[in-house]
Amino acid sequence: MGRLDGKVAFITGAARGQGRSHAIRMAKEGADIIAIDIARKLPTVPYKGATSEDLAETVRQVEALDRRIVASEADVRDYGALKGALDEGVAQLGRLDIVSANAGIFSSAAAEEMTEEAWDEMIDVNLKGVWLTTKAAIPHLRAAGGGSIIITSSTAGIKAFPNFIHYVAAKHGVIGIMRTLALELAPDMIRVNTVHPTSVDTDMVQNEAMYALFAPDLEAAARTREVMGERFGAMNALPIPWVEPVDISNAVLWLASDEARYVTGIMLPVDAGSTAK
Amino acid sequence: MTGQLEGKVAFITGAARGQGRSHAIRLAQEGADIIAIDICAQIDTVPYPMATPDDLQETVRQVEALDRRIHAVEADVRDRSALQAALDAGVAELGPVDIVLANAGIFPLSMNPDPREWQDVLDVNLTGVYHTVEVAIPSMIERGQGGAIVLTSSTAGLAGIGGDNPGGRGYTAAKHGVVGLMRSYANSLAKHSIRVNTVHPTGVNTPMVVNDAIQELMQADPAMSNAMANALPVPMIEPVDISNAILWLVSDAARYVTGVTLPVDAGFLVNK
Repeated sequence: MGRLDGKVAFITGAARGQGRSHAIRMAKEGADIIAIDIARKLPTVPYKGATSEDLAETVRQVEALDRRIVASEADVRDYGALKGALDEGVAQLGRLDIVSANAGIFSSAAAEEMTEEAWDEMIDVNLKGVWLTTKAAIPHLRAAGGGSIIITSSTAGIKAFPNFIHYVAAKHGVIGIMRTLALELAPDMIRVNTVHPTSVDTDMVQNEAMYALFAPDLEAAARTREVMGERFGAMNALPIPWVEPVDISNAVLWLASDEARYVTGIMLPVDAGSTAK
Repeated sequence: MTGQLEGKVAFITGAARGQGRSHAIRLAQEGADIIAIDICAQIDTVPYPMATPDDLQETVRQVEALDRRIHAVEADVRDRSALQAALDAGVAELGPVDIVLANAGIFPLSMNPDPREWQDVLDVNLTGVYHTVEVAIPSMIERGQGGAIVLTSSTAGLAGIGGDNPGGRGYTAAKHGVVGLMRSYANSLAKHSIRVNTVHPTGVNTPMVVNDAIQELMQADPAMSNAMANALPVPMIEPVDISNAILWLVSDAARYVTGVTLPVDAGFLVNK
């Protein structure tokens, strides 16, 4: 018997990485999935974007678990498209219990050199996109008589890092969204929490631009996965380079499940001790 | 289906009843064997009846009913040598410890404040936690298999609640102190892959909270009762809710979670 039998989960950024992992992990526990992803690269993002094929692979893997999935290409900045995709998913799957506001982008520049375009795109996707995701979902969660919203923040939502002021601001900002919604929605037994990953082994981290940011002293050829593992690992207390997407999924699953039925308004780091160092 | 803690041994203080018993049962349901200790005696400044030897025996009975092994000893967390002896005897019987739950605690709060409350609550709720971890870690480090430690703090470990009495202030100070202990251990034990976290319950339906002394205080001071307001429409939560958080923290599902303060508080803190 699964821990999410009979539940339906809405996941943004579900084409690959953490979002795909969340879809698979929750489907393994019996949930049906409503998945969206923009499935293209954004202009200020320095690594390859997810693709339609990636989203189709998430569909394939969820269906291989004998769960249902309604997937669409939609942008979290486009409320009409987002709401349309979610409403259609709820119409097909019958209800909504869980929301994983996971979609996010990364880019970097020193504050004084950052373009307004990069700032605006980051805030629109990683902050406003989270609010729009919850705005579209709240009526469905109320109709279900309760639910669980899990917002993906970051260790950069708890502490500062140089050279990505927009990401740090957005990831801090979603804590404000979480806390406000936790209060607004508590009377309806809708719980709202954030998770705060350290570096995760996904395409958003494993790319040349991120490697250059964390190893500016090395030639590109010297920035191997192993060398970068040591760089990223130095941020953690536990002796590991990064965590796997499933580690975040296990935290999201716990927050979504009845085992956490009275957990709301909290920040849950999954960060190998990074913020306690 | 195999349990999430098959083959593990958990050391639990304050295990005779309440949250500690619930943790023992929940972890045993997932396959763990248990080393359980409890003082099973009264402390003068505590205004509610503390656990008894019969309570501890009931924990033994319920764990054994799950076909798990349990080594139970009456011991006081303030007495480090007694605690060490209890742990060592448990390890001799059940094998080395993987999980430590520093759960034992008192709440000496009543209508008749007593200056001694301060020292008693610091001794049990802070020094007792320190002793619990100290007696367990040498063998965990030596074994080299990592492990998970969970210290039970409180919403009073993250907010200045607890009232004006020596016991209430001491409780809040001790529960904040536990967070400092956790962070210190999380850093120094990370290289051994031993994870250390705190849980922060709101009011839990146990004899420490549901008793005549607390009822009397609440009735005398409505502000106190308001100060206990959760965001979710539940007046208090159940011991199993804390056990489920602890189970997640000590399981492989949280294999990279350390140094975390985890409220299980029905939105109490976000509502402050």
